[in-house]
Amino acid sequence: MSPYKYVGKPIPRADVDKVFGDAIFSFDVTLPGMLYAKLVGATQAHAKIKHIDYSKALQVPGVVAVFTGAEFPQKIGIYAADRDVLAREKVLYYGHPIAAVVAESLEAAENAAELIEVEYEPLPAVFDVKDALKPDAPILHERLAEYKHASFIYPEPGTNIATRVKLRKGDVEEGFAKADVIVEDTYREPLVSQAYLENWVGVARVKSDGTVEIWSSHQSPFAVRELLAASLGLPIGKVIVYHLYTGGGFGGKAGILLEHIPVLLSMKLGGRPVRLELNREENFHYMAQRAGYIFEMKTAATKDGKLIAHQGRYLLDAGAYADYTVNVARSVTFMAFGPYEIPNIHIDTCAVYTNKVPTTAFRGFGLMELFFASEQQIDQLAEKLGMDPVEFRLKNALIPGKSITPTQRRLREDAGAPADTIRRTAELIGWDKPLEKPKEPWKRRGRGIAAFWKGPVQPSSAAASAVVKLNEDGSVDLLVGTGEMGQGTVSALRQIVAEELGIEPEKVRVSPIRSTNLVPYTWQTVGSRGLYSDGQALMRALEDLKSQIRKVAAQIFKVFEDEIEIKDGKAYVKGKPWDSVTLAEIALGYMFPDGETIHGPLIGRGSHVPVQTTFLDPETGAGEPKPFITFGAGAVEVEVDLLNMQVKVIRAATVYDTPVINPGLAYGQVYGGLVMGMGLALTEQLVFDDHGRLLNPNLTDYKVFRAGDIPKEIKAEFLGVGQRNAPYGAKGIGELTMLAWPAAIINAIYDAIGVRVKETPATPDKLLKEIREQKPELLEEVRKQLLG
Amino acid sequence: MKKISITLTVNGQKKTVEVTPNERLIDVLRYRLDLRSVKAGCLKGECGSCLVLMNGKPVKSCLILAAEADGSEITTVEGLGSLNKPALIQKAFIEAFGYQCGFCTSGFILLGHWILENMPDASEEEIKEILNGILCRCTGYKQIIEAIKLAQKWKRERK
Repeated sequence: MSPYKYVGKPIPRADVDKVFGDAIFSFDVTLPGMLYAKLVGATQAHAKIKHIDYSKALQVPGVVAVFTGAEFPQKIGIYAADRDVLAREKVLYYGHPIAAVVAESLEAAENAAELIEVEYEPLPAVFDVKDALKPDAPILHERLAEYKHASFIYPEPGTNIATRVKLRKGDVEEGFAKADVIVEDTYREPLVSQAYLENWVGVARVKSDGTVEIWSSHQSPFAVRELLAASLGLPIGKVIVYHLYTGGGFGGKAGILLEHIPVLLSMKLGGRPVRLELNREENFHYMAQRAGYIFEMKTAATKDGKLIAHQGRYLLDAGAYADYTVNVARSVTFMAFGPYEIPNIHIDTCAVYTNKVPTTAFRGFGLMELFFASEQQIDQLAEKLGMDPVEFRLKNALIPGKSITPTQRRLREDAGAPADTIRRTAELIGWDKPLEKPKEPWKRRGRGIAAFWKGPVQPSSAAASAVVKLNEDGSVDLLVGTGEMGQGTVSALRQIVAEELGIEPEKVRVSPIRSTNLVPYTWQTVGSRGLYSDGQALMRALEDLKSQIRKVAAQIFKVFEDEIEIKDGKAYVKGKPWDSVTLAEIALGYMFPDGETIHGPLIGRGSHVPVQTTFLDPETGAGEPKPFITFGAGAVEVEVDLLNMQVKVIRAATVYDTPVINPGLAYGQVYGGLVMGMGLALTEQLVFDDHGRLLNPNLTDYKVFRAGDIPKEIKAEFLGVGQRNAPYGAKGIGELTMLAWPAAIINAIYDAIGVRVKETPATPDKLLKEIREQKPELLEEVRKQLLG
Repeated sequence: MKKISITLTVNGQKKTVEVTPNERLIDVLRYRLDLRSVKAGCLKGECGSCLVLMNGKPVKSCLILAAEADGSEITTVEGLGSLNKPALIQKAFIEAFGYQCGFCTSGFILLGHWILENMPDASEEEIKEILNGILCRCTGYKQIIEAIKLAQKWKRERK
């Protein structure tokens, strides 16, 4: 039980307006005099644009203008400016936006868009990462050398390589020479979709003084501001980004999205407000999805069960534009493998352009995908060694204060509890207990486990700040710049304010609309960093506010400041609670009986930058990339139906080392991450035809799990092992909740039927194919059982 | 296009609107009657973010032509209750953390409300079958199901 009044308790969310239809999303924004934009997507995967004829579109009543790429020379992109506003000269994927129609109504814009005719000269296209790396491969970005990019991104002009990342620790050759068992294997994961429910929407206008205002569905208002200003050549001070409720992001709305399009259209049209809303099919094409992956791994252990070397070649299928994917390439490289100490590591990673939809971040920033591969390596090594998979993991788990990470830093003393999470997860799933035998002879049960670790992948300068304003009624306005997309960070921050000041959480307000000109800066709402980073800024802001409260109260009671106690919304001299002032009474300062007034309004402010994080060595990856790491593990019991090849997750157990501010929110992340992870393991994939056309850009054929699919039993625990400088010790968990599942599920399928599926999703057709290849006798066995 | 005059009783109030024959119920509710809780996630009946109760039954309002709805009674979450006077199901969604981003929430609350009114003793399996028709990407459904079960419990205790 929590020792605190509010922290650690399931206090209702701050955003209760979502339950009453009062919540305003970006999707709900309309402005007077607003125009509607509609984009036209390419119908070729790679082709020169010979001619665009929009004369018929212009004749549709209500159409105001049509624009093509020729009018927008700007380049957009977070880590590399590789994206055209609208395709110029050539299109790079099927669905690539090529023209924009602006009209008085959405209907007119849609009708006109249908009438735009594009003449193409087809170019050879490349859809497979390995083909894209061949010397004679068609090149997507001939001008790669001219693109502006961040200093830690290494594009290779003349190729399709968007970035290359290296990690070197120890000497792998020496490691392999000492090894007793080696497992070498390849794992594949397709492009998938974040599939949040609110399609992207943006409404922009330009005021007569040149101020650009944008209301859009995004995660990180300050990243949108920075990138919009940088790519359009605007001063930051002339850009205002409004953050409203965002209907899910999961990494897919992390940076700048399509904000530049309505802004540029508005600029062209005298500043009139322009709304660009995507429908579901457009959202699959115009918004960046998640990269595809190939992990080639060679991992070795000694016969006493110690990991000794790991070599990896990791390839990311970045699609036509690489957005965050170039940084995801760093993430998978610097984490290298699971939460284990390995003395010798050698990894080469490439993010590679292909003629498919663009890609970006997805909850977990590549690590769920990495662990899908590495946690299968672990199980395969354990099998070769004749060791229990849990025991093998425990033998190699990182030890805080002792182990050296892949980036050659000693894990901090208070980093967490990797081994305990693995041990406890195994207990919760009943690892050592016999499995129940299903009644139907064609069903098989099995268990699988996976461990994970993750911290935010952010620059060493990723800052946050917070302001707390005391109001005349003793209520508090909390100003933070982080976004609300369902994860509930602001609800947890509100609880911290309530705890620190001793006031009810309902008295702490976080405005649902946060604009970049009115709330303090935070770098981004990504990487499970909000609670930790904005939380530390908030702790400082509260300390600042409390020191002001103490200062005023000390003058009232004529004592030293350190004698003042702040509790239950009051300030008093320690030991004398009967004589107190309320926070309401001193909110605007304090007036003595003779009218003399002191201090003025009380307002606290706090800033945060990560401590001890550094740049990483470009040749070895050495350095400290992360301000904190959350550790955990997940295990499942699955049932494989050998008649229809369906895999059902019967029960799941998961444990995290961190304490939590609000268990209601934390469990919400756990359940959501589990079901999303199950989907990625078993059903979700973007399917392309031979011409690079996406075949399932809808929520019928892109299969997201439903209520009836969830496991009967889900057990989750938080061990409460905090990091000293984190707010109430709490580290982030939002992404962490997804990382175990594809690996744990695939390991469980192997446990059930002895067949290993090395490619997600494990759909029935794929499972059948693998059984036929790896263990055909299984089908014969079932046939005999059925026919007697 | 020729306009048709239709009358709807929305959250207890009679409304008459002129619509074109191709206008959908969702558009009338969102843009003519300003009921922004009715969300569009796909406009193809796949997600259910636009779910409303029409004559007491759940419908995806993107699949209903406004003209078809003429004369019907429509309930949206705005009509269930407010912060000061919440419906049982709304209180339960708050208490049980039955929502995250909130985009699909109106649909789930209305389905939960329908279950409470029409199948108050629905089993967990029956609840899941009913919820299967609509999508949530954030919650993993568990706390939505818990919210509905909590409301069922409160309702039973009140009796």
